Amino acid sequence: MSFDNVYEALTGDGDARWAFGTGFADPLNGVDTTVPPDVDGADLAAYCLMLGDDALIMSHRLQEWCTNAPELEEEVALANIGLDLLGQTRLLYARAGHADGTGRGEDHYAFFRGEEEFANVRLAETPRGDFGDLIATLLVFATWRLALLQRLIPSRDPVLAAIAAKGVKEVAYHRDHAAQWTVRLGDGTDESHRRMQAGLDRIWPLVGELFTAHEVETRLARSGVAVDPAGLRAEFDAVLEQVLTAATLRRPADVPPDPGGRRGLHTDALGPLLAELQSVARAHPEATW
Amino acid sequence: MVTVTTDARAVAETVTDPELPMLTLADLGVLRDVSEEDGRVVVTITPTYSGCPAMDAMRADLVHALRAAGYDEVDVRTALHPPWTTDWISVEGRRRLAEAGIAPPGAAPRRAEGPIPLTLGPTVRAVRCPRCGSADTEETSAFGATACRALRRCRSCREPFEHVKEI
Repeated sequence: MSFDNVYEALTGDGDARWAFGTGFADPLNGVDTTVPPDVDGADLAAYCLMLGDDALIMSHRLQEWCTNAPELEEEVALANIGLDLLGQTRLLYARAGHADGTGRGEDHYAFFRGEEEFANVRLAETPRGDFGDLIATLLVFATWRLALLQRLIPSRDPVLAAIAAKGVKEVAYHRDHAAQWTVRLGDGTDESHRRMQAGLDRIWPLVGELFTAHEVETRLARSGVAVDPAGLRAEFDAVLEQVLTAATLRRPADVPPDPGGRRGLHTDALGPLLAELQSVARAHPEATW
Repeated sequence: MVTVTTDARAVAETVTDPELPMLTLADLGVLRDVSEEDGRVVVTITPTYSGCPAMDAMRADLVHALRAAGYDEVDVRTALHPPWTTDWISVEGRRRLAEAGIAPPGAAPRRAEGPIPLTLGPTVRAVRCPRCGSADTEETSAFGATACRALRRCRSCREPFEHVKEI
């Protein structure tokens, strides 16, 4: 907003404030949000929350790197990636609120749900480790999400399709970024190689979950609205093989998936993350500023 | 009461982008439609990136400019489809970007069917230095001060500069 000073911006006509609960416009304002007649609104909402929760929780983990990244350019890159994912979250939460008929806004889903109501995959909530851990997580997350969003572009829900089409352009940059770092670290010094491999080994037990369908995904995939994640595995494996080969890294052994996240069964890491994410909104539920 | 002297479209087309103020929203390709119905103006804009934090500022600036021109009822709507592409930046917009020291984007990637190819090496793009005109430039980071900008440097004049990255 072209204000001369910050006070004018805060006391202006109120349309351009920058914090939660301050009357952000519905990010889908003006978009036709009618749910197609043969699509189950409750399922569609649940699915949008799954994809939105993945993006919100991953975005939060990326934001934790602000002031902690190894170099300034990386700091900016991680913040940008987190911001893209936060934007995808807002659109998906808005879609969920329209689809389930409650009209609940993004603040409700982000700030006023409990841990067991979050349906994100557990990979996204992995606690912050070193930079190798982060790059391993981001590589796996972005490779999986890009494959997923690309297959959502022909979704029979036109809003979900449009959100996916925008997201594909963004996540393609995220995946390249993580892949280039993986090669630089894996094919770098002995120390960077060791830590990049350790990062992959650490998160690999959470990979199987990404390709295990929840019954909502199965039902919606059957009607052409959602994507059955099992169908993403071949592309994921091919991309990972290309990256790991160039990075001289070893693909960790697969372990049987434990698909808890989509059902609200999370690791110990999600509770503290949400406590931080939600603390201000819950302390001042009606606040605007 | 301000007298309406210009049509709503012309007013909306003068509003500039909050983060790239040398460009109008029309030049950026973000302004998709302006229509008038019974004295009520409906403006349609599209986000550049899903998380573009400037969307609220754009809405506010559009409402502000139109109110100042006498349009009391203004509704700013969002369109998500088709997704914004840098190909929508106008010729005039590209000229203004370069003039301000920001290299304009090249053609957006055209993607064939099937999986999106991975880029493992440094991205090679023919981007000219907006200061000295040299084509000998390199990318230092694909992510810059805003979602739509990358950081580059010129190997000839040694100056760093920004580049609106292609999407």
